[in-house]
Amino acid sequence: MGEKTGGPPRAGAGTGRPGSAGGDSRGPGAGRLLGWLFLLPALLVLGVLVAYPIGWTFVRSLFGARGWSDFSGLANYQDLFTDDDTFTALKNNLIWVLVVPALVTAIGLVFAVLTERVRFATAFKMIVFMPMAVSMLAAGITFRLVYDREPEKGAANAALVSVHDAFAEAAPYPGARPRPGSGLEPAGGGFATAAESPGGSVVMLPLVALADDKVPGRARPAAAPPAAPGQVTGVVWVDFGRGNTGRPGVIDPGERGLPGVKVEAVRGGRTVASATTAADGSFTLPERAAAAGPVQLRLAAANFEQAFRGYDWLGPNLITPAIIGAYVWMWAGFAMVLIAAGLAAIPRDALEAARVDGATEWQVFRRVTVPLLSPVLVVVLVTLVINVLKVFDLVYIISLGSSQKEANVLALQMYLASFGGGDNQGLGSAIGIVLFLLVLPAMLFNIRRFRRESK
Amino acid sequence: MRRFAGTLAAALLVVGLAGCGDDDGDKKEPGGPSSGASAPALPRLDGTTVSVAGVWTADEQDAFKKVLADFEKRTGAKTEFIPTGDSAATFLGQKVAGNAPPDVAFLAQPGALQQFAQKGWVKPLGPEAQQAVQANFSPQWHKLGSYENKLYGVYYKAANKSLVWYNTKVFDTAGATEPKTWSELLATANLVSDSGTPPFATGGADGWVLTDWFENVYLSQSGPEMYDKLAKHEIPWTDPSVAKALQTLAQAWSLPGGFPGGTGGALQTEFPASVSQVFGSTPAAGMLPGADFVGTNIIKDTKAKIGTDAKFFAFPAVEPGKAPVVTGGDVAVAMKDTPGAQALLAYLASPDAAKVWAGQGGYLSPNKNLDPAAYRDDVTRGIAQKLIAAGDEFRFDLSDTAPSAFGGTKGEGMWRDLQDFLRNPSDVAGAQAKLEADAVKAYAGT
Repeated sequence: MGEKTGGPPRAGAGTGRPGSAGGDSRGPGAGRLLGWLFLLPALLVLGVLVAYPIGWTFVRSLFGARGWSDFSGLANYQDLFTDDDTFTALKNNLIWVLVVPALVTAIGLVFAVLTERVRFATAFKMIVFMPMAVSMLAAGITFRLVYDREPEKGAANAALVSVHDAFAEAAPYPGARPRPGSGLEPAGGGFATAAESPGGSVVMLPLVALADDKVPGRARPAAAPPAAPGQVTGVVWVDFGRGNTGRPGVIDPGERGLPGVKVEAVRGGRTVASATTAADGSFTLPERAAAAGPVQLRLAAANFEQAFRGYDWLGPNLITPAIIGAYVWMWAGFAMVLIAAGLAAIPRDALEAARVDGATEWQVFRRVTVPLLSPVLVVVLVTLVINVLKVFDLVYIISLGSSQKEANVLALQMYLASFGGGDNQGLGSAIGIVLFLLVLPAMLFNIRRFRRESK
Repeated sequence: MRRFAGTLAAALLVVGLAGCGDDDGDKKEPGGPSSGASAPALPRLDGTTVSVAGVWTADEQDAFKKVLADFEKRTGAKTEFIPTGDSAATFLGQKVAGNAPPDVAFLAQPGALQQFAQKGWVKPLGPEAQQAVQANFSPQWHKLGSYENKLYGVYYKAANKSLVWYNTKVFDTAGATEPKTWSELLATANLVSDSGTPPFATGGADGWVLTDWFENVYLSQSGPEMYDKLAKHEIPWTDPSVAKALQTLAQAWSLPGGFPGGTGGALQTEFPASVSQVFGSTPAAGMLPGADFVGTNIIKDTKAKIGTDAKFFAFPAVEPGKAPVVTGGDVAVAMKDTPGAQALLAYLASPDAAKVWAGQGGYLSPNKNLDPAAYRDDVTRGIAQKLIAAGDEFRFDLSDTAPSAFGGTKGEGMWRDLQDFLRNPSDVAGAQAKLEADAVKAYAGT
């Protein structure tokens, strides 16, 4: 859009020339008329395609959902600034404008500078540029899959999980929980008995929600150990029989013990001893556990922690960063190619001179390359700002119904308000006008720069 | 994407149609009534073309074309099927604006029928079609097809949204049986959960799935009259009956380990994926409340066999109410008052027309005079019989009768508010306030 509106002054300058050349014979008035005549088609096209829609949209924004019979003045604009959805969209647009152009330009700059020094630079550039050839729609669908919650499907979570699992050991019984009424209460991610057990007692710790395939093969039928004087003993087992027909908290035939569960004795919040269950689920705490009085028994969180499954990229909290990631993937190549072209035009002798003067590579980059590149960087930055303000496709496609509101941007809100169920084209037009006003400064900046350059 | 493709195809078809000339429908010869009580009396329509717009694609379209072929055989008319794409109402609005409406169109929402009738886009049923509707459908369907006491529509295809599908293997491992009431359902869910499998899957990323949960609970708990009032927004969503329904829902939605990946996981699961969670090779959940068309996804996406691996029970009654029957359906309306359109509507209202599609599967008829033997398999027969047995007690999907800004838009209105409620099932009052605010906004526009 910036380029289009940047056109007429130059076209005018071009068509003015024949008029002024012939001015001697026919007078300046005729030349000006001819100039306007040549300008007419361009003006007509611009008027029909740019000026008229803008004017129409503004007029429409003064009317309500029902159309021309429903004059509402500035009510749509008032709605717009009081509506939560639009406010979220505005806020997200701000995040986009602040983060994305700078990030994309920085990445493009790094790529451009680095590719100058590697072999196969062309191949590398081609690969980085390739996402530009992918349509927004296709990229959106691809990233929807990349961000899938299940590590089996989503590449992002699959990568995170494999890295995580290389360093951390998985809990043996994820998701298991005590049978209600067994006296075990949630405590610090694990479970602890509410009551305190003195020496010589046998503590029953029944668990449920463990599928058969999660109980290891070495598990034996559960058996409560005999009471030992002065010692706390007990059993941890799967207290589940088909149909919940067994007695809760009691070992019924066929119920299996859980081997390898760490049981801790806690007194006054401090762990004083611990034991690990045997194949039949039984455990015996060392004598010192209950030596100084009764203890609480705790099954530590480490036994039951859910396996790490990555992050909810498409959830309400991460959705905007996730979409920004997809956008950066697409546009980094664009920035890189423009900046690389600018880099090629930098006089080599300036760099050489700096190096001869003893500047380090970082100083050369900071003090010579970047300042010389700044015109190109500004073009890239401004183009991206305009582009980012209009972002729609990626947001619409990647976000789920349950996170669309959190991912919302103005262009999407404009569509939703006008056609997506809201059917209020008045409000949609008002959003369109606001969006236009936001893009306007960037456009004016671009036009002024074009003028300066053409001088 | 499907929508774009459909619209494009439709646009191409319409270009073709425009050339084909309009109705030269004055060639009608009143054919004598056919033998047999159920056979509809149809005129001869040789030389006329009846165009029909519907949402169906792929297998469904093929099946419906067989129905049209049967109509052609009986009347001698030619028929033309125009796919509308997902947003039928928008598509048809454009056709009307372009002065080229089809003879007959199928609408998926009663709200759209009312809206079209109000604008005069659809024509009332002729006497033959009216008779057929009165003879073959229960009064509730007449009501759904009427506007200001005039009958406009024939409900040709229905959906039963009051089913709970379950994985028989999971139920067997847990030792669970089919529950009949809500408290039994909760007990069953706890049992399945204790056995180590999350009891429920639901496609929470698609808001409409959650509206079906709510509608079933509300209809059963508060009864059809309250349901109608809520659907028309005559009572606010802050009504105590809504609070009760949400609290009831919360009992299921906040069960510990209730969904694979918790409620956060459910909110990122889309409807097809939720079917795979229950009926995939390693079941991640036990039950899936959903409509009859879950069966289609089971066949398409999983290896489970309906009837052995995958079974269903009726959505349980929330005490002290009766078991709910929430339906959806496609209603046929005449957009031009031609003999061909009226004849087709009369035909679609007959058991004969229902029989043609019933024999092909993937179809439920609201026609009470259709012989259940016409269905291809026992499972569909069972679902259909539940629907017919509901008599006048069933209700149409509330979100489909509400303005689309409230009941039919991704990320908006009731869809979104129930998603928020699934994320935080303890905030009943907050959910009600949001529902009411959205409803006020959406109903004001109608």
